[in-house]
Amino acid sequence: MKGRRAGAALGAAGIVGFLALCEAVSRFGVVSGDYFPPLTRVSGALVTEFGDEAFWTALGDTLTGWALGLAIAVTAGILAGVVISMVPFLREATASTIEFLRPIPSVALIPLAVLLYGSELRSVLLLVVYASFWQVLIQVLYGVQDVDPVAEDTARSYGLGAWARVRHVLWPTALPYVMTGVRLAAAVALILAVTAELVIGAPGLGQRIAVAQTSQAVPEMYALVVVTGALGLLINVGARAVERRTLAWHQSVRGEVMV
Amino acid sequence: MKYEKKLGKTLGMGQSMLDVRGLRKVYEGSGRRVEAVGNLTFTVDAGELVCLVGPSGCGKTTLLKCVAGLLTPTSGEVLLEGRPVSGPPPGMAVVFQEYGRSLFPWMRVGANVELPLRQKPLTKARRRALVADALASVGLADATGAYPWQLSGGMQQRVAIARALAYEPDVLLMDEPFAAVDAQTRADLEDLVRGLWRERGITILFVTHDIDEAVYLGERVLVLSASPTVVREQVKVDLPEARDQLRTRVAPRFAELRTRVYEQIQAAKRGTA
Amino acid sequence: MKRLALRLFFVVALPALLVAAWWLTSDDSTDVYWPPLRTILTTFPDVWTGERLRADVLPSVLRLLAGYAAAAVGGVALGTVIGSYRRVRAVCEPVLEFLRAVPPPVLVPVVMLFAGIGDSMKIAVIASGCVWPVLLNTVEGVRAVDPVMSQTARSYGITGMARLRDVVLRSASPQIFAGLRQALSIGIILMVISEMFAASNGIGFTIVQFQRGFAIPDMWTGILVLGLLGFLLSLVFHLVERRVLAWYHGLRAASRRSS
Repeated sequence: MKGRRAGAALGAAGIVGFLALCEAVSRFGVVSGDYFPPLTRVSGALVTEFGDEAFWTALGDTLTGWALGLAIAVTAGILAGVVISMVPFLREATASTIEFLRPIPSVALIPLAVLLYGSELRSVLLLVVYASFWQVLIQVLYGVQDVDPVAEDTARSYGLGAWARVRHVLWPTALPYVMTGVRLAAAVALILAVTAELVIGAPGLGQRIAVAQTSQAVPEMYALVVVTGALGLLINVGARAVERRTLAWHQSVRGEVMV
Repeated sequence: MKYEKKLGKTLGMGQSMLDVRGLRKVYEGSGRRVEAVGNLTFTVDAGELVCLVGPSGCGKTTLLKCVAGLLTPTSGEVLLEGRPVSGPPPGMAVVFQEYGRSLFPWMRVGANVELPLRQKPLTKARRRALVADALASVGLADATGAYPWQLSGGMQQRVAIARALAYEPDVLLMDEPFAAVDAQTRADLEDLVRGLWRERGITILFVTHDIDEAVYLGERVLVLSASPTVVREQVKVDLPEARDQLRTRVAPRFAELRTRVYEQIQAAKRGTA
Repeated sequence: MKRLALRLFFVVALPALLVAAWWLTSDDSTDVYWPPLRTILTTFPDVWTGERLRADVLPSVLRLLAGYAAAAVGGVALGTVIGSYRRVRAVCEPVLEFLRAVPPPVLVPVVMLFAGIGDSMKIAVIASGCVWPVLLNTVEGVRAVDPVMSQTARSYGITGMARLRDVVLRSASPQIFAGLRQALSIGIILMVISEMFAASNGIGFTIVQFQRGFAIPDMWTGILVLGLLGFLLSLVFHLVERRVLAWYHGLRAASRRSS
């Protein structure tokens, strides 16, 4: 308990130190204030952003693209993963295709998205879903592979049907992996949502950053970067909290594969 | 390679190799003080095999880590050949209970045994010879190229013992080394340690919670009390030097010694004097 | 022999089927955005000539490798320092969590302020985006060195550089590789979008040129090249990882069998 409080104090000291450093490098001219404005100006810009309705719309757009894309990717990933791993034939038949498609960077689809959907939400979704889908699918596949054959045989010998086996044997074993997949996919989805806005110009925080950059509004740009960081942090912390809650009953067998 | 009883030669038999004086270890944390080891004194002579046995949870491991220089005692001191121990001394090797976590899984068996030797000013040829000799004497000459995790638990502990032997320590500390292997393997490993001790004349301090093992292996058994640990009694094991699993264990004298140690441990658990 | 043939069949079957399906369904396509695969493939050798490989693919790959290498070295070095000292870790952790959470693509406009739009900008963008997963995973790996292993090392006098090289970094290597793997995907994304943002050569730049000039089959070949590049880099990574972490995979398989 004492150690934890000391750790929090040190962490707070770290944050204060980092902020002071940011302020100092521009105040004392280590880095030009034009490129790296002092903290005070960035926080001023942040406050202005908070007062601007367009900022909240952009934040909403980014979150919509993220959440929708993530939901589609997670649903599709879990369904595809369970189906593929339930049928041994499919497993073998799809392995090479998955290994080939997975590393294809989703940014390769940017020009296609631009042509097909312009700067609509669907462009964002295309990139987000493509990138996040694999994260979920791979974890589900590994998770199902991890099912204890003894448990599976026991379930069979008691005459449990396919659906019951999925529910009582396969799903509980795979769940930790699925949660890991969701956590990774949540982070990736934000990266791709912001990328799409930044590069394609779909409405959202990324697009606002691009506009701030082209109009030389440097403090505003940094303020928006900080907002995306805070968003990323919330998503990471939130995903971990959800993971812990869901898996409270078998923390010890928490699974994760390196992919 | 032929080993003389080198320690016996340099120090003279009977001179104390390890000297533990008034050792105390108190853990402090979150408002609680736990006295794990309390005022412990004993000596181990050069070339002697001493077993420490005590009730479970009596701070045996803490004691061993203090002796090994891995923990700093709260008070008291440990002397190795008359020099105080502060930090792991070069003349000591430790064999831990958790062989799976003490061998490095990314190195093959040969490299595991060789790694500590690379800290010493030895030629490559000499290192190789030490590694080969140590592995041969634990019966694993063929396993040099294997990874530890390809071996059985007993074999892994043999590798850990070989690593300690190749290091040519003055004192070998063993912390419940056979607690995690099956009974058959355990008997083999006990004979291995006993054999190596007789052959090479190393000084061994062997910690165990198994009374039979302590009596079977040791020349002397130190019975520890419950925590805070002190030495309750010393039992001299006057069994013949050549021991074997069949005859020694059924010898009347073995049974007597065993009973005596057992009674002490039971008394220690009850906390009576 | 028969087993091998069967496995080969499984590896090739689905990809062949998919390509054939693409070929057939697109063959009489008149949709400008979905040109026949036949057209894409005949365009391919005209577009990706030796000259183009040298002038566009090579610079992209070199920038990626430079940034990635800088991030790997920096991340492992810094991560080892931070992971080795409990207090340093407590001070740095919150700040690092935030910096990691910033979606890497927003670094492009930030780094452009400092480094202009040349090669150094792209390398800096790639390095500053890739460094976080490497850094944080190294911290985690170094922190998690088994206490029995470090006591063994200490008791045998293995200290300093030897301890770092033979014990700490080796023990952390599975985690480090997990970070490097994440960093590779981020690196490719950043390579492409930094070129889409501002460049005069590179794969990302070329693809955007094709898209803007409505050279659709050429654009498709660009997407294929990016896909191939992603696949090849991931393959190389996989081979290196299998080699360096052969012990780890063996250990895992061994403990799986015994448990």
